[in-house]
Formats: sequence, C-alpha cells, structure tokens
Amino acid sequence: MADTHSIIGTKNKKGQTYTDTWKMMNEAPRTPSFYTGSEVIKEAIRRASCDVMIAYPITPQSEAAALIGELFAEGYIGDYFRGESEFAVMSQCAGASFGGARVFTTTAGPGTMRAMENFPMWAGARLPIQMIVTCRGINSPLSIQPDTLEIAYLLNTGMLVWHAETAQDFFDWILKGYIVSEEPDVHLPLALCCDGFFVTHTKDVVNLTPADMCLPPYDPYRSPVPCMDMECPPVRMMRDPFVMKSNYISYATHASWQQEIWAAVERSRKHTIHWLNGLVDTENTDADIVIVASGTAVSQGREAIRMLEDEGVRCGLVKVKALRPWPEEEIREATKNAKHIFVPEFNVTGWLAKEIRATVPNSQRVHAGPHVCGGMTMPPEIIVSEIKTALGMKTFSMAGRGS
Amino acid sequence: MSKERIQISEALYDIMPSDYQDLVKSATYGKEDRGWKDIGTSKELIEQHSLCAGCPESMAFRYILASLPNPEDTVMVGSTGCTSLVFPMVAVHNIHSLFGNQNAIASGLKRALSVRFPGRVKDVVVLAGDGATVDIGLDMTLQAWFRQEKFTTICFDNELYANTGGQESGLMQKGFVAKMAPVGKLFDKVRLPEIARESGCHYVVNCTVSKPSLVEKVIRNAVHVAREIGPTYLQLYTPCILEIGKNSMEGLQEMRDSEKPTERFAYKEYISEPAKQLLAELAAKDKERKAAAKQLAGQASA
Repeated sequence: MADTHSIIGTKNKKGQTYTDTWKMMNEAPRTPSFYTGSEVIKEAIRRASCDVMIAYPITPQSEAAALIGELFAEGYIGDYFRGESEFAVMSQCAGASFGGARVFTTTAGPGTMRAMENFPMWAGARLPIQMIVTCRGINSPLSIQPDTLEIAYLLNTGMLVWHAETAQDFFDWILKGYIVSEEPDVHLPLALCCDGFFVTHTKDVVNLTPADMCLPPYDPYRSPVPCMDMECPPVRMMRDPFVMKSNYISYATHASWQQEIWAAVERSRKHTIHWLNGLVDTENTDADIVIVASGTAVSQGREAIRMLEDEGVRCGLVKVKALRPWPEEEIREATKNAKHIFVPEFNVTGWLAKEIRATVPNSQRVHAGPHVCGGMTMPPEIIVSEIKTALGMKTFSMAGRGS
Repeated sequence: MSKERIQISEALYDIMPSDYQDLVKSATYGKEDRGWKDIGTSKELIEQHSLCAGCPESMAFRYILASLPNPEDTVMVGSTGCTSLVFPMVAVHNIHSLFGNQNAIASGLKRALSVRFPGRVKDVVVLAGDGATVDIGLDMTLQAWFRQEKFTTICFDNELYANTGGQESGLMQKGFVAKMAPVGKLFDKVRLPEIARESGCHYVVNCTVSKPSLVEKVIRNAVHVAREIGPTYLQLYTPCILEIGKNSMEGLQEMRDSEKPTERFAYKEYISEPAKQLLAELAAKDKERKAAAKQLAGQASA
C-alpha cells in the first residue's frame, strides 16, 4: 500500500515534486498571474496529481473542461474523456473513484440537475470526488447566465459544498479541497461552486504556487471503506451492501449510515477551518448592519459597504466560504451585534437567507435581499438602496428598476 | 489479488466466518482452467442467495462465477434489480450505485484500474438485468461500446422487470400481457445483440443458461476479448418463472424450449475478425498446454 508520506520530495513523470500540501499552499513562493477563472482551474488541476478527469460540454464550464483535456495531452492526468451526458459523467466519475482514482469533473446549471441522482450516491458510497459547479440558470426559459439556484439543491446531498468568491479562492480551494475531502474521517465528495461567467470568464490576478510542485497522490487505502480493486481482503465485499428487506434491522442499517454521512460532514468542519482559515471571513462585525453573503455577492457587498461608509453608514461583512459544513456558530457570533442582517443573492428564492434565518436568534433581523436572478448583475447601488430603505433613509430610485 | 492475499492470521482463524474460511481453503482463485466442473468440489464464489427457489438467474450466477478466468483480479458492476439481491453474497469486489448507470460506472472503473495498475490484468464485468441494460441504461450501454471500453457487459434477460413485479420491458416479447402492457406489448423485442454488433462489440452471444459448459465457454471468451480487444456483450435468457407462471422446477425446461433453432434464444454469436484471431491463439495455447500436461502425466505413470 502506498504511503503518502514517503513520496514527499520525489518527482512524478512530469518532473513535478510531490510536496507537503501545507508547505505548498502556505510557504512556497507565489507568482502573480493574469488569468481567466477557467485557466485558473486548469492551473490548479496541473498541480493536483489528478488520476482521472471526465468532461462534458455545458456553458460556462466548457472551457475549463476542455483546458484540462490539454493537461491530459501534456501528461499531467492519468486519463480523460468526454462522457455522453452529465448523468453518465457523474457515474463514470463514481466508477473511477470506486477504483481508487483521484477524480475531477466540472458541471453547471442544467447539467448539475441532470446528474443529481448521482450526488447522494457519491456521498453514500464515500467517494471523495471533486466537482466544480460554475452556477448558471436552471429554469425554463433557457438561460446560460449566472444564477446560483442550483446550489440549493446540493445542500442536502451529503456532499461538502463550498462557494468561492474569486479566482484566487478557486485556485487555493481546488487543491485544499482534495486534502479535506480525502481525510479518512471525512472521505466525501466536494462541490466547489462559483458564480458562472463572473468568475470563470473574467480575468483576475491570481497568485499561483510553483508549477513544479504538486499534491501528494491520493491513497485509496486510507479510505474508511474498501477500494474496489480486488487488492484488499475480505473478498466478499460490496461497497455499501444495502439491505433490501422490509424489517426493522434494515431500516436501522440505512438510518445509521445516513447519520454517518452527516457525521462525516460534521467531522470535515475541523479540517475545513484548518485549511480555509475558518468557514467564514468577517469584517467590522461590531457594526449595527452586517451583510452576510457567499460567492460574488460578497464582492458586491464589499463595494456597497465602501459606498455606505462615504455616507457615514458603518456596515460589517460576513463572507460565507463553506455552506456544508454550515458555519452555524460562526454566523451567530458574527451577527450577534447586528440590528440588521442583509443577505444579497444571485437567485430568486433566497436560499442563503433561509439558512441564516434558521441559524440566528431574532431572525426578523434578516433582510432577504436584494435578489437578482436570470443573469442580472448586482450593482452595489441596489444593496445600498436596500439597506437605506430598511433604515428609513432617503434613497434615490434607479432608472429601469421599478423602485 | 491472489489467494495468498486472503489468508487469515492464525490467531484470528477461529473467529472468521466459516464461509470465509472455506474461501481460503478451497475457492478456485488463481486456478488455471477453472470452470463449471469445480462446482461441488470447491468453495463457490457465491454464498446463499435470496432469489426465488428455482430461479434460473441463480444458476447463471453460479456458472458465471465458476467460469470467470481471473476472479482474483476481477471487479463486477451490477445494477438495481434481482441481481442486486445476490451481489452482496458474491466473493469478488462488486459495485452497486444506481439503476441503469452500470456501463458508465464500469467505464470509469476500468480506466481507473488501468491508470493505477499499468501492465496488470484487472478485468471488469458488468452484470445487470434487461431493464437496466436496454431501457433506463441504454444510452450508457451503447456509449460504452462506441467508446470501445474494454469490459464485458452481461445482460440477464428475463424479458420483464422482475424485481418490481413483472412490468413490461424493452426485451419483452411483442404481445405479452404484463403490468404496464395491459393489452399486450405493442412493439417487438429490442434486438440488442444486433445493435451490439453494430455498436462495436467484438464478441456477442445470445443464448440461455441451460448448459453450464456453454456458459463457461462464452464467459471465458467474452472476458478475454474484452481484456485484449474491446467491448463484448452476452445476452443470457434467465426466465422469471414467477412472472411467466411456471413452477420452481420448470425453469430449465423453459430455457430448453426457448433455445430451439426457431426460437428467440437459439444460439447466436458474432465474433469480430481481431477477436476470432485472439480466440484462435488462446485455443492453440490451451491445446499445447493440455498436450504438455498429458505428456507429463504419461511420463509420471510410466
């Protein structure tokens, strides 16, 4: 069985050095690079010692999925192919993960929905697959524009769910994500979400780790469930031998396994805090007004806070990085002084606001909004307007917004 | 994996389940020439199953598991249905994940095993019912063949959805009255063996499991061709005696009746040219080995 520690310092076939992940992420020199989000995904995977990547075209993740094909052609990935649909791709990812590979895939919007049956299966089978979700609209009429509604459907699958704000988050979290996901006491899939186009198709300066360093390889024998490769006894072994009987023992078996999945999500908390430096980032949480957001809504919130400061209104910020595990304590603590909590979101239902309402005491403090959806942008002015309206301050209506 | 890998520590021997002890003592992992004749003299790779009494599927499972050429390095992929009641009792690693995605799972699995174990044989064998293979999973069945994925697909064709209570399936005969086909099925049995040939399978057989020697031959051929050349497909009639109104002891006769030359399970095979060449080479090697063994035995007795 492979020992991941003994391999540190040795080189892979591309001449990259397997590097201690903490050192690689926190101590190695970084090079500022001007890249699109899609290119950043490629650069992270170049360094991720990935065995298998399976691709399927859907906007806005197609470019990233194709760029990883280039990595395969260059020899950085063990195998790569285009599947026939997202449902098939996620099952192919499962097969590769059952067989002990480190697996990567990307999807978006309707693709996420088409593949949905696979995600609780991934979690239940304890497959630490990493899936990038570049969120886009899912409803009819067809839209390819940014919209985060699909994240709501992922929250109860048993997957870890993180929501990146920037391309820099993306680069770091792809690499750190594998480390958290593959911990023996976690061993769950990770949906690493971002807002499509805003992150994937815009260029940003991202500080990259050295290209000649890469993650230690995945060791499938650290898994809490056996790898399906006929290398480990006992041989009469099915992953998750489900019990298709109608009796109390079978119900109890299934119930305890579901509880174990969510206990594993819970156990990921300490690793996530360690690697992401907390499940949330906070600024000025002693203010009366706090904006709580995830994804690019955080960036817009930050800009709104700057604009409000110019008008003498002080406002704090909570950036929610991990949605599963859910930062319940952190959000309660960060909002304990707030008289008003605003939750700007890029979706029509306001799922994040609902989660926060269920988390904080005196939930009437939570203002679910502003919301934009269907590809609309979220100018910071509408956040400012939402806050000022709630505070009874005079606000100028914006042309064309009907306010 | 080899048989050495499953040895039990002496200190723990007596607390291991007896069926595991039996696997270590007398299963045929690693035995050259393993086949259906080992049944009865060795530990089978299937433990007690929960299928109906007399179910031909249970016979098929026993023959297939006795005939896999390389069970010590074979991973099986199943799907939802009656077969999924049996797989927890099978002594090779096997995967159940969802209904109908078995060929997608096998595609990823085979590729992962090829990346992780370059130069080593790791066979992948899919075994699923006709609903999983032809209806809900048809796109993934075909796409795996189009991509020339190197694994064997076995379809247990019982011509209906057995585990859910006998509903119409694509492989059901036209006119058969069943649940969800209240006035009889309106279209023909899907001709998957022909579709398999056109989709790039290199070895395709349509038959029943009435003869264990035949099952042994087609399983060995299918696994060897898949390992070396490309996808292979076996469609095996395993009638659901319960849903077609037969008694427990009538399954065998049902298969014999259905394999007559004019019937739908008359033996049919397709072998691609590269597969023919491979099978001829394997047969020649086999003959050589048997002759050498015979000569050795002759010398020993002389």
